[in-house]
Amino acid sequence: MSSGKSPTMRSALGVARGRGSAKTGAADHWFAERIGGIALVPLALWFVFGAVIGNAGVDHATFQAWMAQPLNATLMILFIVAAFHHGALGAIVVQEDYIHAPAVKHVTVLLTKLFAIAGGLFCTICVLTLAFGG
Amino acid sequence: MPTRERPLSPHLQVYKLHTKIAPVLSISHRITGMLMFVIGTLFVVYWLGAAAYGPESFASAQAVFGSPLGYLVLFGWTVVLMYHLCNGIRHLVWDAGHQVSIAGVRLTGMVMLAAVAALTALIWIVGLAVAL
Repeated sequence: MSSGKSPTMRSALGVARGRGSAKTGAADHWFAERIGGIALVPLALWFVFGAVIGNAGVDHATFQAWMAQPLNATLMILFIVAAFHHGALGAIVVQEDYIHAPAVKHVTVLLTKLFAIAGGLFCTICVLTLAFGG
Repeated sequence: MPTRERPLSPHLQVYKLHTKIAPVLSISHRITGMLMFVIGTLFVVYWLGAAAYGPESFASAQAVFGSPLGYLVLFGWTVVLMYHLCNGIRHLVWDAGHQVSIAGVRLTGMVMLAAVAALTALIWIVGLAVAL
């Protein structure tokens, strides 16, 4: 399995593990990014056709009544959570690949997570305010 | 144990990007993803936030998105979203072990671009029919 000057008892996988730009946890991150991506295919199409085009030019009362329908509020919150989560996972991979200074990378990854949590929470609160605001 | 230089991630300068479609489609996936996460989310925040804060702010947000500049931004946003969505499905096909070849990369690239154009056209035909 191993060749060259320094023979080793370690398997190829054991040698390779932890040496990518993500260091650890790459497989779980990879899988979670794809689960969110698959969920976002129907959710994004619903957002475009149902939420945006369906509410093109409508007034506030119409939009609030639309959001007060449980299915619409549910799909909107699912879209928000999936989009911010998938976006954060993807943006973190990009930063791990292109930001080589560890200190800078740790700060930008932390800011990415904070942005996703704050943005996702604000959008969710807005949906609930509309749905229950009366 | 001697330390060695680790290989660098997807490199942007060493490839002749203008002569090859595969790497352009590849980096475009990351660019469209970052555009949506950094800028696209702000449009959703603005739209839903304006609605939650009341009729006046929502009316101004609807007017912004309904203006000529708003339509231009929304059209670009449509292309970016459909590109990332269709190319994301292309990645899932590869993840499932299919079309992993030079010919497969070219074939799926062409199919993906055609799907982006078709979906963008469909969205704007339906959208304009509803809005106008």
